[in-house]
Amino acid sequence: MTAIYLLFILILSVFVGFELIRKVPATLHTPLMSGANAISGISLLGALALAGSNNDLSALFGSLAVFLATINVVGGYVVTDRMLSMFKKK
Amino acid sequence: MNQQLLINFVYVLAATLFIFGLKQLSHPSSARRGNLLSALGMLLAIVITLLDKSIVSFEWIAISMVCGALVGGFAARKVAMTSMPELVSLFNGIGGLASSAIAIVALLANPSPFVAAVSVLALLIGNVTFSGSLVAWAKLSEKISGRPLLFSGQKYANALLIVMMLAAAVATVVYPLQPQWLWALVALSLLMGILVVLPIGGADMPVVISLLNSYSGLAACAAGFALENNLLIVAGALVGASGIILTNIMCKAMNRSLSHVLLSGFQDVVKSTLTIEGEIKPMSADDAYYVLDAAQSVLVIPGYGMAVAQAQHAMKELQQVLEKNGAEVVYAIHPVAGRMPGHMNVLLAEADVPYDVLLEMDAVNPRISSFDVAIVIGANDVVNPAAREMVGSPIYGMPVINADLAKNVFVLKRGMATGFAGIDNPLFFKDNCRMIFGDAKQTLTQLTRQFAEQ
Repeated sequence: MTAIYLLFILILSVFVGFELIRKVPATLHTPLMSGANAISGISLLGALALAGSNNDLSALFGSLAVFLATINVVGGYVVTDRMLSMFKKK
Repeated sequence: MNQQLLINFVYVLAATLFIFGLKQLSHPSSARRGNLLSALGMLLAIVITLLDKSIVSFEWIAISMVCGALVGGFAARKVAMTSMPELVSLFNGIGGLASSAIAIVALLANPSPFVAAVSVLALLIGNVTFSGSLVAWAKLSEKISGRPLLFSGQKYANALLIVMMLAAAVATVVYPLQPQWLWALVALSLLMGILVVLPIGGADMPVVISLLNSYSGLAACAAGFALENNLLIVAGALVGASGIILTNIMCKAMNRSLSHVLLSGFQDVVKSTLTIEGEIKPMSADDAYYVLDAAQSVLVIPGYGMAVAQAQHAMKELQQVLEKNGAEVVYAIHPVAGRMPGHMNVLLAEADVPYDVLLEMDAVNPRISSFDVAIVIGANDVVNPAAREMVGSPIYGMPVINADLAKNVFVLKRGMATGFAGIDNPLFFKDNCRMIFGDAKQTLTQLTRQFAEQ
């Protein structure tokens, strides 16, 4: 049953995603992509529990994933903000 | 209160903030706030996850997070706007590798058939994204040639690789406790990513980056299934959807299908037998000044060459003197100008060009004949009228900016080399077209100086 419930969430999110992204103007496509990089750093949540476990192998790979995902989260949001701050109206 | 319930409640809140953040990205005036909302959602989700009871040691978490934040923050602050495609490409790859590392642990810890299957999926997508993005990054930063790289028998090697990869994937799901299959799968999927991107040429990079952007989200999504984490699934799906939409826009703008882009390196180069009659008419910047001085409306069409010449700031200065002279100046941006979607817009925004004068191709084409002068800076294929009028040309049918229909066209160009598609551009031979040869930045600065001297 869990699989079906997760699939439900996936399908609905994909539709929400399509509707939202369709409305992003072409001028913002680069910040959209770097912002998407930041959001894909969400795997940090999964990595945290693994990095903090007692098992050595799990902690090793988990810590690696925490390091990588944090680069994406911090780097993605900061560079997106840097770009968006440059967009000015006449 | 039940801790698991609290964590999941905050996850719902975070997902809502991500969605509102993306919604505000629908306009440049609200986009910055949207990005902050999204970042707030991420912060809440991270903080609440640290309350999880299964975390027994915080030492490695703290070290990894501090190091990651330093690397990410440093890269984000230092990167030049011209190098955004490279950075996004690296971020795509890093995201893929993170999901892949999670999948390996999930698989080793809980080898039930469902978890094994989704973990293998996350591992496959994550690794292909990682190695593919590294190749894309190397091509974009010209560490390796941007031309399609091919070797003989590549088709068969790819087919063999796919079969071996699928076999290893099935073996991993069936025998999750025999790690040799897992490591074989890791190696094969990394090799796969390299072989998929190598045969793709530099001009097709906007499609590749968009697609890998999508994959990095899908890998997180699959990892979410393995860990039964709702927020990973929602956020991964949002990123996946975003990348797919961008990939689709890029393919349409080149009038090609996705499979054609991915497999184009394997096809013979189309040699056009069509010849163009006419002669090229060069013009000096001095003479161009007199035309610009009299112009009421000027259209600027930038391409990747503008970024290479770093001419965006010089263009902004020329824009200011033209506006002071009473002319209207707008920019027309083709969807595939530059090396990633929206690249030109960011470069011009950095040069302080307001976003309301950056127009999309479809907004400009209907009124293009009303412009007195169209200035083409470092663009070639995206203004090629062969796409409209030469049946049989390799780019026939591609939507282009119809620069040749403006009253006068100035093409700023280094020399007479053809564009990425390697085809002649009939625009250069038209009666209303003048070529201004030389470095675009110098030409623009020279024009600005002449306005100042008068």
